[in-house]
Amino acid sequence: MAQQIWSVQRGPAAVGLLIAGFLLLFLLVPVAKVIVVAFQDPHTGAFTVINFVDFFGNSLFQESFLNSFYVAAMSVVVASVISMPLAYFTTRFNFGGTVLIQTLGVIPLIMPPFVGAVAMQLLFGANGSINLLLSDHFGFTIPFMEGLNGVILVESIHYFPFILINLSAALGNIDRAMEESAQNLGASGLRLFRRIVLPLAMPGYVAGAALVFIKVFDDLGTPLLLNVNTMLAPQAYLRVSSIGIADPMGYVISVILVAFSLMSLWVSLVALKGKDYATVQKGGGGLMKRDLRPWEKAGCYAVVVFLLALVLSPHIGLLLLSFGTIWSFAVLPDAYTLAHYATVFDTAMRYITNTLLYAGLAALFDVILATAIAYVVWRTDLPGRKWLDYGATAALAVPGVVIGIGYLRTFHSFNVPILDAPLASWWVIIVIAMTIRRLPYALRSCVAAIQQVSVMLEEAAENLGATKARTVWRIVIPLMSGGILAGFVTSFATAAVELSATIMLVARETDAPLAYGIYEFMQSAAGRGPGAALGVIAVLFVGIGTFISHLIIERGRKAHATTGQAAVEV
Amino acid sequence: MQSFVKKCTAALAALALWSGAAQAADGKLTIVTSFPKDLTAVFKAAYEKKNPGVKVEILNKKTSAGIKYLQETAANNTSDMFWASAPDAFEVLKGDGLLVKYAPKAEGIPDKVGAFPINDPDGFYMGFAASGYGIMWNTRYVQAKKLPVAKEWADLKKPIYHGHVGMSSPSRSGTTHLTVETVLQGMGWDAGWAEWKEIAGNFKTVTERSFGVPDGVNSGQFGFGIVIDFFGLSSMGSGFPVDFVYPKVTTLVPANIGIVKNAPNRKVAEDFVEFLLSPEGQELLLDPKIRRLPVNPKTYAKAPKDFPNPFKDKTIGAAVKFDLDLSKKRYNVVNALFDVIVTYRMDDLVAAVKAIQDAESANAKKKNAEAAKLIADARALVAKMPVDEKTAGDKAFNKIFTKKRAKATDKAEGRQAEIEQEWDSMAKENYAKAKALAEKAKAML
Repeated sequence: MAQQIWSVQRGPAAVGLLIAGFLLLFLLVPVAKVIVVAFQDPHTGAFTVINFVDFFGNSLFQESFLNSFYVAAMSVVVASVISMPLAYFTTRFNFGGTVLIQTLGVIPLIMPPFVGAVAMQLLFGANGSINLLLSDHFGFTIPFMEGLNGVILVESIHYFPFILINLSAALGNIDRAMEESAQNLGASGLRLFRRIVLPLAMPGYVAGAALVFIKVFDDLGTPLLLNVNTMLAPQAYLRVSSIGIADPMGYVISVILVAFSLMSLWVSLVALKGKDYATVQKGGGGLMKRDLRPWEKAGCYAVVVFLLALVLSPHIGLLLLSFGTIWSFAVLPDAYTLAHYATVFDTAMRYITNTLLYAGLAALFDVILATAIAYVVWRTDLPGRKWLDYGATAALAVPGVVIGIGYLRTFHSFNVPILDAPLASWWVIIVIAMTIRRLPYALRSCVAAIQQVSVMLEEAAENLGATKARTVWRIVIPLMSGGILAGFVTSFATAAVELSATIMLVARETDAPLAYGIYEFMQSAAGRGPGAALGVIAVLFVGIGTFISHLIIERGRKAHATTGQAAVEV
Repeated sequence: MQSFVKKCTAALAALALWSGAAQAADGKLTIVTSFPKDLTAVFKAAYEKKNPGVKVEILNKKTSAGIKYLQETAANNTSDMFWASAPDAFEVLKGDGLLVKYAPKAEGIPDKVGAFPINDPDGFYMGFAASGYGIMWNTRYVQAKKLPVAKEWADLKKPIYHGHVGMSSPSRSGTTHLTVETVLQGMGWDAGWAEWKEIAGNFKTVTERSFGVPDGVNSGQFGFGIVIDFFGLSSMGSGFPVDFVYPKVTTLVPANIGIVKNAPNRKVAEDFVEFLLSPEGQELLLDPKIRRLPVNPKTYAKAPKDFPNPFKDKTIGAAVKFDLDLSKKRYNVVNALFDVIVTYRMDDLVAAVKAIQDAESANAKKKNAEAAKLIADARALVAKMPVDEKTAGDKAFNKIFTKKRAKATDKAEGRQAEIEQEWDSMAKENYAKAKALAEKAKAML
């Protein structure tokens, strides 16, 4: 019997081992080499947990922990409020511009480093456009960007697409029969949504919400942008990267971030436990779509326009910044020019091709790895399979600078054959760093997708004589396509603006991605405009990529839907 | 589908080979630097024009990331030079044995600028430009908020500037460290810290990177920034409505370049140093987007009008005789102290200072002696330091912050986290008490 299981699972087991090896080599070992300091006595180098005792006894760290937790939890709430209507309208109704919303909805994830921050400050800061207008006309200002509430606002705007994308994918996967049965039994409106639609879409929502929670909890950029230091991630970063001081607490905080993220993930898995979200019928095109009455349509448009205006405002600011000459303590730039685009034009092409290549490869590897992990975790009973999921997700909580240092430490003395140059200075290492850092995004989407696919479909295929590999290729992967695409889009978009690990790893200007180019410009006063222009170019390219992938998937879905319909009619 | 996948794989493999081949070219110079593109691109272009066979590769990294990069890649070094502002970054590299000595041949460069030696006395790094710290402000902001211009550090303490000042932290930016240290040396340990805390009471923000300060002033997030001169001068050069001034208490410090140990192109690296120090290289510093003070006094003849000249104008950087050894000795303690009692406790500090300012302005007319006493007590509480000057300069005490042990037997008492916790609770308590005292004083009036 045991042998039989082994023979059935030999393929998945090999895949699982391969992935485990990859994670071990490119995540565990490099990170362990850096954060080992957390477990060392600062003076003798001996193993100790005294640093953790120090952490829990330190009032600043306690405060930081509470702040991080509060901000992460509140951001999930605000992000849900933003994304639920958008996801619902686009999947539930025949609503013009669905593709547009789903594309624009991803854009907030692409916040180019530094320039995004400047644009936000110029619009929403204490002396930003909105507050200047308010104080001129009404004599008061609103502190949008101050303190923890500012962090919550910016984080929610930045990361709500995780919920939007995963929730939309999940809604698209719901069996129409479920909804029809409920309607036949007399449910409608909010009750239908609350009792049937939302519960069935739960895996997608929880996947998105867990990502938002963990990401915000570990996020560094936004607190730094608002100069809020009393949160865990900035505390870790500031300590790891301060000049000359070697403080083990930065690494201790990194360990705590990883542990807490895994715990949140575990909680989210427990929350979904014991329920079956899979539905058998597939290819029906998800929920029944209905037309809107005119006043409903107007209402929907009003909500959508308001939400999109809110979440896209940083990018509008960025656009102004890239065309503006001088923008200083004013509602709008003094004048407009194309000069910044001219400045970046000769350097930009190289950055763009590098970025598309790196982020594209990373996102591709991510969805391959994520699909494989999701399959191994949910479709086999190999021992320790859950640890693949935990291991890959842990990357979310490891600060980029730690991964960067770890890679240099581990791979710089390893020369790549043929090239005869250190692996750590080969551009492929940047792709690997991006793959590892963005794998958790793809993984959550794929896990949510596979939870909605019924095992019965695979069993049916196998009963008809298909091999395991053929079943995966012809049944499982096509049925997961929505989730896989969602994973690809989020991984690609966020990898395209990754900076913290890549800045450590870029060994040649010719290998540098866009984010590095923006960083380079944003070191000087004259570089602000060109930096913003590069940022706009990054957003455009990622936006176009997203739009095309949505078109492809929509077309595929429509084709499915019509053939399904035809079959029924025959 | 499968053939498509195959094609893609082939394309990728080809791409990998192509980009690998493109990088195999030789006759180049790899420079790790924290300088902005505006500076590096000018020097790169001029040097490559002069030496057509050489390709200059600029690796732009934050100072701290650059140090880490050189440390981690030392075993298999591929970089030739490190090029950055702060002398202390070079001190860290020198301490790790990652730089080699070089004696530049260029003529006409004096030994000192202000009170600071231009080259490392040990010969491991060379100064090529000078910079001093000062105050920059946004002219539109100042006009709109009807603020007078602050020209001395002490001006920034005034209640009128509450919430209008920005600065970076000394642990984040080597040049900021020098400013903090300059004031500490100019006014003495206790008075200097009291000064910094009162200025910090007017802070809008402590930025994470040094460029965050000119960025904030340029966009008008806050009106005044404590910055190194070229941030102010180059912002003006780029057209922002800002201005810059050197206060009396400032130190001119050199920005440096050093040759990395085991540099693959050592000869080219030495030549690049000579180029930087040549009249031609020095003149490039006057570019409106760069605006750094040349170390060759003759170059100033070609500078625009109003360009500060430290070799002529002896008031710049002359008030303080900067003691480099003292600065080095307590380097880590000063950084850690600033972060614990100012950066991380900024809200508490700002609240306390605000309460004191309010009470004082209320008492300005009434002149209530009892209230004045409470205010003075509150002020003393804010100023109180957890560490005295002697301890701060103590070698063993500084060791606690650098983990690096020269020998395995070296031991230091206490851990950084433990000590910081003590400082933190003391600062928090004192700020809260000071606030309560000041509020009590105000209630009496």
